[in-house]
Amino acid sequence: MPTVSMTVNGKQVSADVEARTLLVEFIREHLDLTGTHVGCDTSQCGACVVHLDGRSVKSCTMLALEADGAEVTTIESLSNGVELHPMQAAFKEHHGLQCGFCTPGVVMSVLDLVSRNPDPSEAEVRDWLEGNLCRCTGYHNIIKSVQAGAAAMGG
Amino acid sequence: MANEGIGAAVRRKEDARFLTGRANYTDDINRPGQLYMVLVRSPEAHAELVRIDTAAAEAADGVVAVFTGADLEADGVGGIPCAWAVDHEDGTPMAEPVHPVLAQGRVRHVGDPVVAVIAETKAQARAAAGLVDVEYQPVPAIADVAGAVESDAPQIWDEAPGNICFKFGIGDAEAVDAAFDGAAHVVTLDLVNNRLIPNAIEPRAAIGEFEPTSGEYTLYTTSQNPHVIRLLMGAFVLHIPEHKLRVIAPDVGGAFGSKIFHYAEEALVTWASGKLALPVKWTAERSESFMSDAHGRDHVTHAELALDDEGMFLALRTKTLANLGAYISTFGPAVPTYMHAVLFAGCYTTPVIRAVVHGVFTNTVPVDAYRGAGRPEATFMLERLVDIAARKLGMSRVEIRRKNFIKDFPYQTPVALEYDSGDYGGTLDVALELGSWNDFETRREEARARGKFRGIGLSTFIEACGAAPSALAGQLGARAGLFEVGQVRVHPTGSVTVFTGSHSHGQGHETAFAQIVCEALGMSVDQVDVVHGDTGRVPFGMGTYGSRSLAVGGSAIQKALEKIIAKGKKIAAHMMEASEGDVEFADGQFTVVGTDKSTTFGEVALTAYVPHDYPEGLEPGLDETAFYDPVNFTYPAGAHIAEVEIDPETGVVELVALSAADDVGRIINPMIVEGQMHGGMAQGVGQALLEACRYDDDGQLLTGSYMNYTMPRATNFPFFATGHNITHCTHNPLGVKGVGEVGAIGVPAAVINAVVDALAHLGVEHVDMPATPEKVWRIIQDATA
Ligand code: FES
Ligand code: FES
Repeated sequence: MPTVSMTVNGKQVSADVEARTLLVEFIREHLDLTGTHVGCDTSQCGACVVHLDGRSVKSCTMLALEADGAEVTTIESLSNGVELHPMQAAFKEHHGLQCGFCTPGVVMSVLDLVSRNPDPSEAEVRDWLEGNLCRCTGYHNIIKSVQAGAAAMGG
Repeated sequence: MANEGIGAAVRRKEDARFLTGRANYTDDINRPGQLYMVLVRSPEAHAELVRIDTAAAEAADGVVAVFTGADLEADGVGGIPCAWAVDHEDGTPMAEPVHPVLAQGRVRHVGDPVVAVIAETKAQARAAAGLVDVEYQPVPAIADVAGAVESDAPQIWDEAPGNICFKFGIGDAEAVDAAFDGAAHVVTLDLVNNRLIPNAIEPRAAIGEFEPTSGEYTLYTTSQNPHVIRLLMGAFVLHIPEHKLRVIAPDVGGAFGSKIFHYAEEALVTWASGKLALPVKWTAERSESFMSDAHGRDHVTHAELALDDEGMFLALRTKTLANLGAYISTFGPAVPTYMHAVLFAGCYTTPVIRAVVHGVFTNTVPVDAYRGAGRPEATFMLERLVDIAARKLGMSRVEIRRKNFIKDFPYQTPVALEYDSGDYGGTLDVALELGSWNDFETRREEARARGKFRGIGLSTFIEACGAAPSALAGQLGARAGLFEVGQVRVHPTGSVTVFTGSHSHGQGHETAFAQIVCEALGMSVDQVDVVHGDTGRVPFGMGTYGSRSLAVGGSAIQKALEKIIAKGKKIAAHMMEASEGDVEFADGQFTVVGTDKSTTFGEVALTAYVPHDYPEGLEPGLDETAFYDPVNFTYPAGAHIAEVEIDPETGVVELVALSAADDVGRIINPMIVEGQMHGGMAQGVGQALLEACRYDDDGQLLTGSYMNYTMPRATNFPFFATGHNITHCTHNPLGVKGVGEVGAIGVPAAVINAVVDALAHLGVEHVDMPATPEKVWRIIQDATA
């Protein structure tokens, strides 16, 4: 079995994996970081979004081996559970989540948006979220949360 | 202390764990030594099982066991039961064929589970499943509900001739026929209510675990109602008594009805864990969800409305074919009957109604409750008919509704239900304002100048929620009670844990239910924790569906709180040396009327657990449980307005505005209520414009992934407008009605009424859902050819 090494949430990790292991399987099953979710098998739902070298990617859509040497950050990196990241706090304040299953992927995805566009319009947020499905919120409060979160982050 | 009681928009207590990745969904759980199950599912819609060869799979790396239907049968495993039987109108019982956990002899839909492969890793189980050799002998299949009742249709069950499960009827046929004979106007409509796939974003998952020393099984499952699963699976399928079966539904990632039902995979992992004495885990791939989660809707209906010259409704007559799929799902028969036909009065005074519903077997995934469950179908049929009638009589769509509204409550409908409260005219006023109905024509003209067809549509509707009065449900065929349980445990230092039989999978119970406690006991939400989803911790419960959590589950908590306060008064009276009748409780303080004596709730709680100086004969402790059985359903009602703009060149329907005014009863947390409305509204738009489950003529599922089943995305919506016009429920202790389903119920009709309005100048009277660009483009082409 090939060995894969990467930095995940600032920690160096290394493991022998089957070549077919997806990045999301590596994150969830080898590293036990279960905040990253799997909602589909066709790369559409976005529940699995993490950052790879600072850009959002669907971690179900690449092999763990393709992330060899990369810097990966997952939802767990944003907060110690007590202090919320401003984007997380905005989602709480604006009721941007219900069941929470899509939420880590949505938050990781929009953080990438905000890093490129600190003050996104409603239409820009909606467009950006093309790759994230949420069945609970009707997106209304997600959009509000993202705009508030962007503002709180200094946008 | 900030007011965190009833009516406050308290931010959700549960959010932190979801936002930080610390939630605990079923697939996040891994048990020591756990094995993985992968199912071999039928690729055929209808076939005899000629031969199943598992030898190669059994010999494959890491494989621990391979099970077929024969193994389950040999072990006495029962079929998956139906929890609500619907008789034929003549009183004879419905056809109820056995629904095996793994196929026996024949497969009846694509995705029907045939073989369970269990291995040490998921990859090994998946690889070995590919080695199972099943020989299928295909026989003719039928997926379409109208086709299934044709005389030459393939027959799916010997015990269901003509593929009929039941022929249900309600209402006085003779009176209705007489009213039609004398009517000035009759309008008719043939419609299809499109089949939907619920698609909670968390796929279903289950882990079974067996402890040989105690004989205790634990099932972790993605369920809306763990006690119901324990009852159905324990008593009927696996014959495990309740005290040896614990069902845990941890964090559940959305459900919308699809996680009510008892599914084969739950029984399989539980049973297999016992056989193998190791935990067994199964997680659905999304493509499995598409072919194994119960689907929703799928009706073909003919409906007729009789009116007098003034536009008053005289009678309604309908016939519906309801697709039940290949097997009867848990509540499958109840949805198109007691959650659908009994809603046909809507908010109108129609004096006589006759509804016939035939439940029909087809070679498709079982059909059962999906958000709204029967009530969106009822609303769509009625509200389309009302619009057609308004146009035919040259009346305004608002006035024809207003004129026929029920205004006096309680109101007994001709189809069994008695509405307790409502103000339909007032709710309509709020909606008309929100949706800027009155100045719409200028927007239509402005759009026309740009070459676009703009339309506005309205629906006014009621729902029946808060299932259910158990005695009534029993008369109607329910095979269980439908009460709910709430336990309020006050700890010695005054904080509270609430145990509820309801389950939260996005609805925010941990916050809203805590607010009920805050209101009653005068504390803050961080002093109250709510426990749900575990039969090992919660005394009993019937779970969450049909917008029942607050109306029934919340009411049970309120009843338990009343017992806490009553006992607290006894203790406080003793402490203050007063008579119990003179003690009052408010804002967390017990006081003696007419004196300045008082003691706090916390001091009373402590005394209850340290009863050194205590009322004689009173039990120590402060922990009360209530079983609440409602006396009636609740009747939320709303008025929804959609505005659309159609590009005649492409047929694309753009939803430009969507407004919902609802009477959801008393509101505990307005933020959560609004969120529930939004989610339902989006699913309503999904049904109206985007979503359709399609099978081909051979019963192959054409929409088996997100590549071809159109899920609503952020770009499909504008911001929504929401408003309220509240009347209280008169028969539950909180005055609440329910909000979970309003959007899904009211919106589809409003959107399609808007689409038809946009196309009415072309002579279009009806558009079936979903109004996709292709369909709308063709309608425009045909109309202008
Ligand atoms: S799991 Fe759905 S896109 Fe990755
Ligand atoms: S919050 Fe449930 S899927 Fe988005």
